[in-house]
Amino acid sequence: MALALQQLINGLTLGAVYGLIAIGYTMVYGIIGMINFAHGDIYMVSAFIAVTGFTLLAAFGVHSVALALFVVLALAVLFTSVYGWAVERVAYRPLRGSARLVPLISSIGMSIFLQNLVQLTQGARVKPIPPMITGGVDLLTVDGFTARLSYSQILIVLVTVALLAAFTWLIQRTSFGRRQRACEQDRTMTALLGIDVDRTISLTFMLGAALAAVAGVLVTMYYGVIDFYIGFVAGIKAFTAAVLGGIGSLPGAMLGGLIIGLIEAFWSNYLSAEYKDVATFSILILVLLFRPSGLLGRPEVEKV
Amino acid sequence: MPATLAERGRDAAAAAAIALLLGIPMIGLTTVDQGGALRVQTRWPWLAVFVIAVFCGRWLLRYGLDRLRTRRTRARSDSTGTAARPAPGGRLPGALAWLTFGISLALPLVFSDNRYVIDTATTVLIYVMLGWGLNVVVGLAGLLDMGHAAFYAVGAYAYALLSTRFGWGFWEALPVAALIAAVFGLAVGWPSLRLRGDYLAIVTLGFGEIIRVVLLNGAEFSGGPNGISQIPRPSFFGLPFAPPGEAPTFAAFFGLEFSPMHRILFLYYVILMLALLTNALVLRLRRLPIGRAWEAMREDEIACRALGMNVTHIKLSAFALGAVLGGVAGVFFAARQGFISPESFTFNESAIILAIVVLGGMGSQFGVVLASLVLVLLPEIGRDFAEYRMLLFGAAMILIMIWRPGGILAQREPTLRLAAKDRRV
Amino acid sequence: MSSAAGTPPALLSVERLSMRFGGLAAIDDLSLKVPAGRITGVIGPNGAGKTTLFNCLTGFYRPSAGGIRLHHPQLGVLRLETLPSHEVARRARVVRTFQNIRTFARMTVLENLLVAQHNVLQRASFFSLAGLFGRKAYRRAEEDALARAAGWLDRLGLIEHADTPAGSLPYGLQRRVEIARALCVDPLLLCLDEPAAGLNPRESGELNELLLRLVAEERLTLLLIEHDMSVVMNVCDHICVLNYGRRIAEGTPTEIRNDPQVIAAYLGEEDESVPEPPAKTWARQRADEEAA
Repeated sequence: MALALQQLINGLTLGAVYGLIAIGYTMVYGIIGMINFAHGDIYMVSAFIAVTGFTLLAAFGVHSVALALFVVLALAVLFTSVYGWAVERVAYRPLRGSARLVPLISSIGMSIFLQNLVQLTQGARVKPIPPMITGGVDLLTVDGFTARLSYSQILIVLVTVALLAAFTWLIQRTSFGRRQRACEQDRTMTALLGIDVDRTISLTFMLGAALAAVAGVLVTMYYGVIDFYIGFVAGIKAFTAAVLGGIGSLPGAMLGGLIIGLIEAFWSNYLSAEYKDVATFSILILVLLFRPSGLLGRPEVEKV
Repeated sequence: MPATLAERGRDAAAAAAIALLLGIPMIGLTTVDQGGALRVQTRWPWLAVFVIAVFCGRWLLRYGLDRLRTRRTRARSDSTGTAARPAPGGRLPGALAWLTFGISLALPLVFSDNRYVIDTATTVLIYVMLGWGLNVVVGLAGLLDMGHAAFYAVGAYAYALLSTRFGWGFWEALPVAALIAAVFGLAVGWPSLRLRGDYLAIVTLGFGEIIRVVLLNGAEFSGGPNGISQIPRPSFFGLPFAPPGEAPTFAAFFGLEFSPMHRILFLYYVILMLALLTNALVLRLRRLPIGRAWEAMREDEIACRALGMNVTHIKLSAFALGAVLGGVAGVFFAARQGFISPESFTFNESAIILAIVVLGGMGSQFGVVLASLVLVLLPEIGRDFAEYRMLLFGAAMILIMIWRPGGILAQREPTLRLAAKDRRV
Repeated sequence: MSSAAGTPPALLSVERLSMRFGGLAAIDDLSLKVPAGRITGVIGPNGAGKTTLFNCLTGFYRPSAGGIRLHHPQLGVLRLETLPSHEVARRARVVRTFQNIRTFARMTVLENLLVAQHNVLQRASFFSLAGLFGRKAYRRAEEDALARAAGWLDRLGLIEHADTPAGSLPYGLQRRVEIARALCVDPLLLCLDEPAAGLNPRESGELNELLLRLVAEERLTLLLIEHDMSVVMNVCDHICVLNYGRRIAEGTPTEIRNDPQVIAAYLGEEDESVPEPPAKTWARQRADEEAA
């Protein structure tokens, strides 16, 4: 019972992070219909910015965890969204209107490029940082096992919920949100109405990157170790989450993230930790084969 | 309209500003491990170099594009309605291909005692083989397969298991391993080929990773992370390449003095022969109904269905052939290395093979050879190039998609022409 | 209906067909007969469900209700709604073209026409295996396929473009390539989705001639979606008018021209003045549309 509760907590925390990254996939897919394969690597870049940021602040003698976290979040969001913008501008904008696989191949190239760039400039070894937030709340003890909700887990869930609320408001209530949704429906028509479609797409990429940046900082703080390869695995899982929830659907991305997080937590505890990635990949394949529109997505009618 | 100096300057300055923002966290700052804790290190001079480079690069790019544009408009206004320019390249790739073929045949004769050269050339040929296999799937059939390393792994493990467990020789195991790879190709392809192109790419990636994880954890049969070692090397039709002993050896049979180079040279010719066979097969298939169907499917799947073609079967055939060729390359790889582990079959390997196909020009056989040469030789030039190899490959993939989405050698030769005089009814 | 005596037996009968997308009924309880060896036109305003009808006929959509029967001279009655799209073309020999052109752009015109003979060649070459070894039987089949392709290219005036990549041809020629390619499948029923769209008056006149010749010489049955009234009125033996997924009229061109419901559908309900019969010329038709 306590063990299951613990897995539930761990799974939800993990799922919140996947959900944040998945939103980036789903928004980009919604607006330009491509899988941004490099999105996972954007998240990885943010994690490296976080490591540098935390180390730098510690060197300057900033001991307040709250202040450090706030500053690093702000910096990571700023720099990472520039990366999101640059990726779109360099690798995807020149390819508007080309065949479907062309931008996908370009994004694979971008993913390889970013991974190797970080490996070259930041080193191939894992980067550890000292734990920042310790402690937690003991919830339940059964047969000597205590289910524990750590403060960092609470923080991750709180930040995610706050971000989602802000994000929903942005998409539903602001003029940017309206432009964004209009572009999703019909890009040509939106352009005819005098809306700068390129700018809207750029902003979408920056927004997706900003959410991935938050995920990167939170993960760095939570696990304390990162390397240049984390983007690949997290990217695939977040993509699976987006597909599971129904690609193009924002609540779907979050729901998918939570489900993937929970499955991973329970699977590795009750079945086998070695095969936890196989579980994710199998879900991805099964969803794509049997329900490609996902849980909350609209089915696509084949255009003939 | 050509930009003024000030416009170009402003544009380049904007690019440099973005470069500064991109560069600060990655180039300007880094963390180094110092006695168990991280310490921040700054590299401002490098950042300055990077920003200046971007400024100049953007300036030159804009300048070049403007020049190109004005020249094009001028050319158009000069020669309206004149004959089309001759296709770039023309017969050149054909001649180059024959030259490469000649060199590859003669290479071992020239470097018969230089193990390094022959080994490197063998590695190039393995990638050529892998590239040609994937080229059927990606280049001809237009199916983006991001898990090609899986079939490479299946071939390698099939041979490793058949030879170490059951004592099969290289030549017996080769067709069986190819068949096993084909079965895997069909098993992966059958459910997933109904998916749209980009989803198919992700699913093949998923299958590739599943196979790798299973190999990594299936300790009983695959040896887990340690892999399988002491895989028997191929023999010369029953004659082993070994120092003189009781059993007849290759050297003894031909009355030669034993040399470890015999096997290296033999392996080189084996992969060369396999690669040439592959090339002949693919070139021939392209001119047959199935090959044309692959290309037609790449162009327009819906039109294919409306013409009565069973798209699933056509896709499966391309996928299975790609798997077979990947599997054959895997068998050879295992036989040559004598040791395999899941490490050799990561997503990175799939990405490299895909990069070879994309860079070489999808559908172009000779392009794959060129790309393989660049890929393998680049790290041999120097250690620095080895580190920058994948960085450059990633960048090149993006640039090629922007510049020539069909690949560098994208010139497509028709599979047949109408001899108009003869056939006019 | 009116001309019961002279109507040949139906090659295709659509029976109470419905196709719904969510709440929207793109086709609503539609029945239609396509007589063998004739040209049947399907007209109607945009969004009337014409292309959806084609998609149902050719297996691209599974209809929500109703059936489509093809009276095949050799195979008896085939229920098209149960066949996957490639079987509709292969077994039932119902072949279509597309409103938005779908040629194999990077392949030459001749290759396009050979791809259309894929099934025949594949069988002759024993799944390309015999072809691999250059067997004589395959080479003969390939020669035949080439001759057939060349024949159609010649008749459609495409022979000098045989070795040009289809995608680099002008629009009007690409439409013709698509028709030639469909003809290479040897269809019983050829469904043409707006073959005259984007053609100039001269080209659409040539198209009229071609369609009439196909029916006369090849005993083909044609089903035609078209907006260009000069084509519809001049070549169709029989016209079916759709609006909002329903059939609102059916009959000969003259009957359709004078049908008040058709006029209402095209020109709006309030228009009381009986307009002159739809124009004979393309230019006239355009002017009418603009006026409307």
